[in-house]
Amino acid sequence: MEERELLPNLFRQEYQKIVSVLCYLFGIEHIEIAEDIVSDTFLSATELWGQKGLPENPIAWLYTVAKNKTRNYLKRNSLFGQKITAEIQYNSHLTAEIEIDLSVKNITDSQLAMIFTVCNPAISSESQVALALNLLCGFGIQEIADAFLTNKEVVYKRINRAKQKLKEAHIKIEQPGLEEINNRLDTVLTTLYLLFSEGYYSTAQNTVLRKDLCAEAIRLTYLLTENPTTNKPAVNALMALMCFHASRFEARVNESGETILYEDQDETLWNKELMVKGGYYLGKAATGTQLTKYHLEAGIAYWHTQKEDSHQKWENILQLYNNLLLLEYSPIAALNRTFALAKTNGKWEAILEAEKLNLTDNHFYYSLLGHLYTDFDRAKAIRHFEIAHHLASSAADRATIMKNISRLEGLI
Amino acid sequence: MNDFLLIFRRDFTSKEAQPSSEELQNSIKDWQNWFGGIAAQNKLARPLQRWDGEGKVVQQNKQVINGPYAEIKESIGGVIIIKAEDYDDAVSIAQGCPILQLGGNVEVRMANSLKD
Repeated sequence: MEERELLPNLFRQEYQKIVSVLCYLFGIEHIEIAEDIVSDTFLSATELWGQKGLPENPIAWLYTVAKNKTRNYLKRNSLFGQKITAEIQYNSHLTAEIEIDLSVKNITDSQLAMIFTVCNPAISSESQVALALNLLCGFGIQEIADAFLTNKEVVYKRINRAKQKLKEAHIKIEQPGLEEINNRLDTVLTTLYLLFSEGYYSTAQNTVLRKDLCAEAIRLTYLLTENPTTNKPAVNALMALMCFHASRFEARVNESGETILYEDQDETLWNKELMVKGGYYLGKAATGTQLTKYHLEAGIAYWHTQKEDSHQKWENILQLYNNLLLLEYSPIAALNRTFALAKTNGKWEAILEAEKLNLTDNHFYYSLLGHLYTDFDRAKAIRHFEIAHHLASSAADRATIMKNISRLEGLI
Repeated sequence: MNDFLLIFRRDFTSKEAQPSSEELQNSIKDWQNWFGGIAAQNKLARPLQRWDGEGKVVQQNKQVINGPYAEIKESIGGVIIIKAEDYDDAVSIAQGCPILQLGGNVEVRMANSLKD
């Protein structure tokens, strides 16, 4: 790999690892000190490697320098050093010299502890996702702003406010105990789900960035499946859901970044390996007595990886959507359920059901009606698509709707 | 929006009134789609609850008899609480209830709030 490509990737990967370990060591109150030390380490790396070329083992180099900088910092700021040292001594009954443990195990432990810290109901879910991207995934403020389609100032403020809240609430960074896992796993899964969705459904044009978001969500969920205390059925269900969805990532967007509708996707681009992984995690999710929305959505995503348009496929999807709606209403589930109903019971029955939904501020609602009316009343179908076009806010959505309108007009 | 109680009743006891196993099998899908359709309109006011088919009846003299059936043949198959604008709206939802195909009926009752 070119050095130019290697460094940002290496920095992103190692940034979050070292930050997690230092935060775990220092506590949430000193999160900025941890970030400063790591940023400083990377600054030294950029300067030195720029002059002398890459060291033999860049990661080991970064760890050594980060450790030294931490020790120096603690020496220079003796008050902070004493406080931290005392705490650590008290906790571990070890020597006065602080050990900065960058072993694989401690990195994993630190990250797990950080996941549970960041995904805290004390801060809004939007902030949790932003903070997760920053601290757990090593994304820069600009990248997060791009992903959220907003500007740097907004993200910067959001992250700082979130950190402040965590500090004020004296949230401890620690290994989650059984009780925390039971109480907080839901919040953690919601945040990881949002993080994945941000990448998967985002209207941001930057495909590489969106893929990175999905990959990071999968990595963090994987971390939860690898730890015996957090390896719960719901976690595996979420993992299955992500794998099934991600398997179709390449086929969902064309070269110019436009969304390709499911029916038009080239299934040879679907990633078989991820489909198999999805199946594996879905199997592991099928234990216990709790049926979560992740189970149902993973089931729906599984059936979407079966390209053949069988009655069985849509009947299963319909029943999964029925159950999903009974568990938790959402407009998008209501619309997708109606689409599935059209496949199993015919478009006419689906039209009757669709018209009861009354989601009149939702452009997907009018697109669905446009789709359903296409065979019965072309003029009406076009009218629905036109309202959808009027309501849609993203250029990508408007382009898709426009395509439908011209397709219909060409037929008249 | 008001809350409405929908009570589905049919004859679960007399032999000749029972649907065939095929009819029952088919009606499962109808029930799921009916529930799903109500949920898709966001009109389900409470989570669904299954009820035991046996039950007890406490009579006037405080005597307890088995079975949910009192004097009439029909007994309650299920109960749901939905949100609807008015009786017309609630009734139109009830008209989709699969129990009607199985010879049953649906009672619709609007919840009265205290302030009224």
